[in-house]
Amino acid sequence: MVQFLIRRIFWAFFLFFVATIITYIIFFVIPTDPAQIACGVHCVPAILKQVRHSLHLDLPIYQQYWIFVWNMVKHQSLGYSFVNGASVRWVIGQDAPVTASLVFGGAVFWLALSIPIGILSALRPRSIVDRFAMVFVLVGISAPAVWIGLILAYLIGFKLGWTPIAGYCNLLPGGAAGTCSGPAEWAYHLILPWMTFMFLFAALYVRLIRANVMETMTEDYVRTARAKGASAQRVLFQHVLRNSMLPVVTILGMDIGLALGGAVFTETVFQLRGLGSDLVQSAFKDDLPVVVGVVVFATLAVIVFNFLVDVAYAWLDPRIRLNT
Amino acid sequence: MALLEVKDLRTRFRTDDGIVKAVSGVSFDLDRGKTLGVVGESGSGKSVTFLTVMGLVDRRHAEVEGSVLFDGEEILGASGQRLQKVRGKRIGMIFQDPMTSLNPVKKIGWQLEEAVLLHNDVTRAEARRRAIDILKEVEIPKADTRVDDYPHQFSGGMRQRVMIAMALINNPEVLIADEPTTALDVTTQAQILRLMTKLQEEHQMAIVMITHDLGVVAELADDVFVMYGGRVVEEAGVNDLFAKPEMPYTWGLLGSLPRLTMTTDRLEQIPGQPPSLLHPPTGCAFSPRCAYVFDRCRQELPELRAGAVGEGHLFRCHLGDDERARIWAEKKAAFEAAEGSAA
Repeated sequence: MVQFLIRRIFWAFFLFFVATIITYIIFFVIPTDPAQIACGVHCVPAILKQVRHSLHLDLPIYQQYWIFVWNMVKHQSLGYSFVNGASVRWVIGQDAPVTASLVFGGAVFWLALSIPIGILSALRPRSIVDRFAMVFVLVGISAPAVWIGLILAYLIGFKLGWTPIAGYCNLLPGGAAGTCSGPAEWAYHLILPWMTFMFLFAALYVRLIRANVMETMTEDYVRTARAKGASAQRVLFQHVLRNSMLPVVTILGMDIGLALGGAVFTETVFQLRGLGSDLVQSAFKDDLPVVVGVVVFATLAVIVFNFLVDVAYAWLDPRIRLNT
Repeated sequence: MALLEVKDLRTRFRTDDGIVKAVSGVSFDLDRGKTLGVVGESGSGKSVTFLTVMGLVDRRHAEVEGSVLFDGEEILGASGQRLQKVRGKRIGMIFQDPMTSLNPVKKIGWQLEEAVLLHNDVTRAEARRRAIDILKEVEIPKADTRVDDYPHQFSGGMRQRVMIAMALINNPEVLIADEPTTALDVTTQAQILRLMTKLQEEHQMAIVMITHDLGVVAELADDVFVMYGGRVVEEAGVNDLFAKPEMPYTWGLLGSLPRLTMTTDRLEQIPGQPPSLLHPPTGCAFSPRCAYVFDRCRQELPELRAGAVGEGHLFRCHLGDDERARIWAEKKAAFEAAEGSAA
């Protein structure tokens, strides 16, 4: 187990450096000058030079990268935005909860839909439920997030007027006057983004769960359970489900980790100020520190969720527990 | 009245390619405490016959006809609930591959307890006690700690013991063993067979031993039937069958059996392939591979009939009694020559 953890931590560091170095290189290759933007429209060359120096943009790339790593280790700082000087750590601290709300709520929605439908269509292949589910899957896989988001916003938010079509409210009550907050408002504002996630992901998960349940149903130990006299329900819940959820856990961990790094399209459509919109906006403005900050956060999210997947796997499957 | 009476059992599977006639009219009786050997090659319908008896074939794809009387009660096509009361309680079943027949994510103890709790109104503690007892009975060392192990912590032979324990934990009247030793190495096979005989005496149960290993049948069975192409082609008491097999397929089976004292380099083999159950040959299913085939065999299915040997020995063959006696005498002489010359 210790060896396993050490290997994990080593890989986490490796992944972290690779991801941030690649981000730096990409920025270095793009032929723009962040100093120009930071300096403003009426910028004289002398000041531009000063700005460039203070942002360390006059240094070679490896030194810039070294400064970034050093600040992170020594000051736990991710640096300051080129554009408005805000602390990147503060920006991420502000916006990560929005993305997290979106992703975790969305995951609950898509699992709540895809687990029962996946199981039902596995138990009754070619039935009406199954055929309907397959049409749903096809639509979900083919349709882009933006389109689904806009259609939902138009139909449910605008035409029916049931939900807000944009914006975010803090989960915890309180905050400045004129802003909305509290769990009810939070959920109310997030229903449409969650549904968008549900349509996007449930499609894949229905297929995945259906295939896994069908495969597990043909396992020898399922036949053994039936030969013991277990009822169909008992066979399904005690013998099939846990075994067929193993691959689903893997994919779920990967999807959540990735989505935390920025659900760009969904956040854009519903005007949520999460990491996805941060990423897009700062990329447009060549705001390297913010982009790197989001990349760092996303990398951490992927690493953490991969680790959680491994833990969940060991819990679900005793064969793995002893081999590590 | 026999404990298990199967009459004219037919199982057909609907597949994308057409209808597969896996079992085409199998009848037999099984008495309490007896051992029935069922022999045949892969695809002969021997496993499907007993999966059908247990109601374990997938009803969505299978058509089932005939009658299965268990202790006088019709269980073929019975409701799920009625079958669940019989399965695991009065008829236990073990399967070919012990490596895949146990749920990998549940402890052995849990799986044994489940079998107890499904059929008995007892506490979990009592179920656990019974689980440990039965593990001791199937000779698993340190049963009281191993009960908390997972299947992957057991070897193949040990897992098959666990399977047997699970099938026997409710003291069934019948144990259906579907090739229980095929996946095991030879020494383990012998241990498992010895264990089964011992448990049969202690529990006074009937055993159906499905196998393609004639050695297993010779050792355990009271009666034998040989299956080919979804039908019984010969049935007899075990000594009768080995002393005087009555039809060419059984001759082939016996001829392909290796003997320690044999001097020939090659075993006799049955040429050709088992019949397609999707498009079975007309007439006798064995006719395309039979060395003694004549026109009638290709047109007309031979009835299961008794020959000169008497009532208890039935077989399907169009060859006349004299001719069969002559061919078997020749074969027997050849076998004996092969064995004798080594001595």
